[in-house]
Amino acid sequence: MSTDTSSAIGPVEGDAVVYDVDNPAPLIEAPRKRTGKTPRATRGNFEMAAWLFMRLSGVVLVVLVIGHLLIQLVLDGGVSKIGFAFVAGRWASPFWQVWDLLMLWLAMLHGANGLRTVINDYAERPNTRLWLKGLLYTATVFTILLGTLVIFTFDPNIR
Amino acid sequence: MATPVMDKAEAEAAASPYITVTFRIRRFNPELSEHAVWEDFPIEIDPKERVLDGLHKIKWDLDGTLTFRRSCAHGICGSDAMRINGKNRLACKTLIKDINPEKPITVEAIKGLTVLKDLVVDMEPFFQAYRDVMPFLVTKGNEPTRERLQSAEARERFDDTTKCILCAACTTSCPVFWNDGQYFGPAAIVNAHRFIFDSRDEAGEQRLEILNDKDGVWRCRTTFNCTDACPRGIEVTKAIQEVKRALITRRF
Ligand code: HEM
Ligand code: SF4
Ligand code: FES
Repeated sequence: MSTDTSSAIGPVEGDAVVYDVDNPAPLIEAPRKRTGKTPRATRGNFEMAAWLFMRLSGVVLVVLVIGHLLIQLVLDGGVSKIGFAFVAGRWASPFWQVWDLLMLWLAMLHGANGLRTVINDYAERPNTRLWLKGLLYTATVFTILLGTLVIFTFDPNIR
Repeated sequence: MATPVMDKAEAEAAASPYITVTFRIRRFNPELSEHAVWEDFPIEIDPKERVLDGLHKIKWDLDGTLTFRRSCAHGICGSDAMRINGKNRLACKTLIKDINPEKPITVEAIKGLTVLKDLVVDMEPFFQAYRDVMPFLVTKGNEPTRERLQSAEARERFDDTTKCILCAACTTSCPVFWNDGQYFGPAAIVNAHRFIFDSRDEAGEQRLEILNDKDGVWRCRTTFNCTDACPRGIEVTKAIQEVKRALITRRF
């Protein structure tokens, strides 16, 4: 793990900090610097699988998302037709159930993995990464489970 | 029709190749201040000269405290990579006329490594990543009495990545590396590629496994900054993709 850079802690005595040869200013250390310790091997092929998944799910999402947007927003009167009856009508067919289920899972996992990459890239402190990823995974699992539950237990005669 | 005649000013301009160019240099000296500051140096220089010549002029004639690395001055040693007008290049391979001398030319240290003074950075993390991919020939069995033979085609396979001079221009142009120095970075991958695809080497698997890890090739986001930065014209991004492909296809 990266050691804490104490660059912010200098001999602060008002504004008049005078640096000289014997008392140089702290250097601005590069984030998460590589050190002599060769990094230990981890988690097998997880990163490769995640990378492949982004491309494969992306290809499938092009079809699913563009199809979804066309049906919902463009064809047959556009947004004005959307209502409870329209949704109920589509989910009466197993084809659209599978379509929406696949889109839910793929988009959520794709988006979550994308954000995981972003967090790994930008959150410099291990603790920040831990909390952000905890939040991300919680939200992802919650949304996927809730969405799946709705698709499987949808009742058109609800009242 | 008047015959074209040079007036006096024009004649003078033609006689002297020198123009005034402003070098705007990012200075940092921890013995004076904790802050880095831009400092302007207007100098008279022939635009057909290189940025390195301008830096020499400043160091030798104007301000001897200006600190930068250079050795060969001919694009071979890789010690003078710096960020010139926002782009990583070798000062010794960049002609002033090619980077618009009308405007101030900005020169700063390469990004993502700790600045020690002015344009000098701590290269240790960069070379650590290089060492971590085992950049040397590994073989098993008996050593041949003569050289290890290789066909021209087999040599061609990794020719591009043999050209690396370890200047760090690519690694320090990579936005992933800027934020996370744990990423191996393009230069280490280029130098792993040089041995992974060498038919004489037998540790390709081991190097692939190192780069399969969480800070290896999968962190590459295909930004292409590295390919743009490389002063040797190495197709850096392509080399990284070839390592990715080898990782995906090797088991099938
Ligand atoms: C429409 C078809 C889509 C395709 C072809 C696609 C493709 C990709 C690919 C290949 C990556 C990896 C980029 C890299 O590693 O450099 C990526 C990243 C990402 N995707 Fe998608 N994607 C699609 C839809 C979506 C959707 C619907 C979402 C949101 C739920 C999403 C969210 C993300 C995020 C957050 C990232 C990470 C951003 C980044 O790496 O800079 N994508 N996408
Ligand atoms: S690949 Fe090119 S830019 Fe990168 S270190 Fe080697 S010579 Fe420099
Ligand atoms: S001084 Fe050697 S590469 Fe520029």
